[in-house]
Amino acid sequence: MNQPAFEIRLTRTRGRPLEQVLRWLFFCCAAISVLTTLAVVGVLSVETFHFFQQVPALDFLFGTRWTPLLEPKAYGILPLVFGTTLIVIGAAIVALPVGLACAIYLSEYAGNRTRDLVKPILEILAGIPTIVYGFFAITFVTPILRTLIPSTEVFNAASAGIVVGIMVLPMVASLCDDALRAVPASLRDGAYSLGATSYEVTARIVVPASLSGIFAAFVLAISRAIGETMAVTLAAGATPNLTLNPLESIQTMTAYIVQVSLGDTPAGTLSYQTLFAVGAVLFSMTLVLNLIANSIMNRYRDVYE
Amino acid sequence: MTEQSTVLLRASGVSIAYGDQLAVRAVTLPIYQHRITSIIGPSGCGKSTLLRAFNRMNDFIDHVTLTGEIAFDDQNIYAPDADPVAVRLNIGMVFQKPNPFPKTIYANVAWAPNINGFRDKMDQRVEEALRQAALWDEVKDRLHESALNLSGGQQQRLCIARALAMHPKVLLMDEPCSALDPVSTARIEDLLFELKEKLTIVIVTHNMQQAARVSDFTAFMENGVLIEYGPTETLFTNPENKRTEEYVTGRFG
Amino acid sequence: MNHQARLLKKRHRIAAAFKLFCLSVTCLAVAILGILILEVTLLGLPWLDYDFLTSFPSRFPEKAGILAGLAGTLWLVTLTAAIAIPIGVLAAVYLEEYAKPGRVSTFITINIANLAGVPSIVYGIIGLAIFVRFLGLERSVLAGAMTMSLLILPVIIIASREAIKAVPSSLRQVAFALGATRWQVTRDHVLPQAMPGILTGVILALSRAIGETAPLIMIGALTYIAFVPEGPMDEFTALPIQIYNWTSRPQEAFHELASAGIIVLLLVLLIMNATAVWIRYRGSKNKFL
Repeated sequence: MNQPAFEIRLTRTRGRPLEQVLRWLFFCCAAISVLTTLAVVGVLSVETFHFFQQVPALDFLFGTRWTPLLEPKAYGILPLVFGTTLIVIGAAIVALPVGLACAIYLSEYAGNRTRDLVKPILEILAGIPTIVYGFFAITFVTPILRTLIPSTEVFNAASAGIVVGIMVLPMVASLCDDALRAVPASLRDGAYSLGATSYEVTARIVVPASLSGIFAAFVLAISRAIGETMAVTLAAGATPNLTLNPLESIQTMTAYIVQVSLGDTPAGTLSYQTLFAVGAVLFSMTLVLNLIANSIMNRYRDVYE
Repeated sequence: MTEQSTVLLRASGVSIAYGDQLAVRAVTLPIYQHRITSIIGPSGCGKSTLLRAFNRMNDFIDHVTLTGEIAFDDQNIYAPDADPVAVRLNIGMVFQKPNPFPKTIYANVAWAPNINGFRDKMDQRVEEALRQAALWDEVKDRLHESALNLSGGQQQRLCIARALAMHPKVLLMDEPCSALDPVSTARIEDLLFELKEKLTIVIVTHNMQQAARVSDFTAFMENGVLIEYGPTETLFTNPENKRTEEYVTGRFG
Repeated sequence: MNHQARLLKKRHRIAAAFKLFCLSVTCLAVAILGILILEVTLLGLPWLDYDFLTSFPSRFPEKAGILAGLAGTLWLVTLTAAIAIPIGVLAAVYLEEYAKPGRVSTFITINIANLAGVPSIVYGIIGLAIFVRFLGLERSVLAGAMTMSLLILPVIIIASREAIKAVPSSLRQVAFALGATRWQVTRDHVLPQAMPGILTGVILALSRAIGETAPLIMIGALTYIAFVPEGPMDEFTALPIQIYNWTSRPQEAFHELASAGIIVLLLVLLIMNATAVWIRYRGSKNKFL
């Protein structure tokens, strides 16, 4: 009968108190992200609810005059939504075609050396703070626009839209590049072996095969353009304006939020609550777009597994 | 069988290198019209590289250099003024793994004629190609369904039909049955006998029995060198080279 | 046959034109960066001198400087790093090393992915409501740092998770087989191996924080400040806010001041990104296993 020299008790790591504490601590760190989401949704909901107790929701969502800080006060958000929309359209016109064309060049035509040169440049463009783009809009783009089209106002949606487009361009190019490169080489091989030119293979086979990834990139770009603040605050103006003319001065949802916080708005007032109501609309829009883009990306990732 | 046939495709002293690694060394190989020529050899012997050189598919790989000459119909396909797109219109290819486009069956076959401007009588063209690939009866009622819904063997026959739609003179096949089950393999092998009446076929295979069954001529390669080439029956039953004999009797490879 | 040959020529022409188009567009995108940097440098370089770096803002452009902004940004980055890095890295550790794959873990992951896409101004709104008003921190550097931490936390977590995921499981298994606890394995093996990737992600996240303006405006960072913060509860301004202030004035001279400020900001970012690249390079050289 051999007695073991010492007892080997199976200690589960769970049992050790230090491990337990650490595990709990790390969980709390991870849970902060959930708390953040709760905070965002909670704060926005509560204050928007208070807001809706004084301003009917329909008036807010569909009203066409936004003058919460001047008499007579009106709380229709449509002018701000139109302003944001104008910026998004301008940004989309700049970023989507250019970004996709860049991605096509990088993925289908460029050699490794060119890629190693251009991709870092696009990353740098992506890392430039938005305030710099706002500066660029005011000091470079607006003067040029006003020279070309004299009726352009000093603050206008077009300048801001162009500059937001430049800002979002690297993201579109990078995501589209990923989508294009996900198309397997065997598909290109098959197309080329049938006697097709590079244009036909790219435009008729590769791009259609990566359409969902490209679309997701576009949706994400639009979401970022909606949320952009500093460039539009500097260049697009502070006049809520229900218009589709990009040469006029407008105000976006984000610019309004900045305007309110730069002023002296005591907590609890209706003006203060407009901050949260507009913020809630902004948050909802970007959330929906991000969810759509993420679900598209998850779906297309499965296609080529 | 070996007489009365012209040389349609010819490799003369062809060497192909990836960077400074030689994959094919000074191969001279005639391909006779309306015959099936198979290229066999152990893995890594350079047979696929050589095959891809015949339709300039190696152009897409970086740092590949080819010396020597490959002539189609007595024209050097690597001449500086040769058009690779035109080459591929005459010399088609079927790959190891079926690679149909994520489109309908009809669109897969019609794609190449479409971009080449052959838009009229497309339905007949598609039907003819699918019949030649022995796929028509199975898909005639679902031409506008996705090609990805077909089985592996059907997809490969679709790829054959797709390649046939432009009536190439030569069909290159790179281990076309290695990803398929035996039944599908047999169907495609049967197909080849019918096809060779209209075209010339070059098939790379690691399956010796397949080469023996199907081809008229066989080329055996090892380490990039063409060890032996001749009529299939002779190569398998009475090879001249000792290495050839060892390979076909299964002593290595 | 002639028709075929003509068509082939046309197809080749289209292919060449398309390639040229894509190339031109790419060059255009690169050129835009060049124009941007050129304009900023030409306008701002003349104003960039020692006085500029050590003066406070003023009504007179010649006397104005960026000291308050630089100091504020320094305070902000330090505090933000102190808050966000431990929380972010440890959250990533939990999700990659401790959490069982399941609904809770997936839920947290989706949460983080969504938070990464929330506009920065929304974080500013939350910071205003919770840190400034509810917790009563007023317009302090601390409130700013806490807001910024919320903003960059998702970025740090995602980057750290990628770095931790890249550590080969064989390394963990060897350590476990030697009788180590999970924390010991993580602390002594996984984290050191993942550190280059984590550091790179952290630096990029902090770069993002340095350039953000909107959340700071929301929580009340002042635009005209003539002192340097001396404690976390002090009021402050930051580089981007100062740039915003100068840009929004109509006078040319203030625009030129703004571009000088931009040069300083871009230089700071350049240094940080170069550090990240250097760490990534050093890290990839030291990979054993």
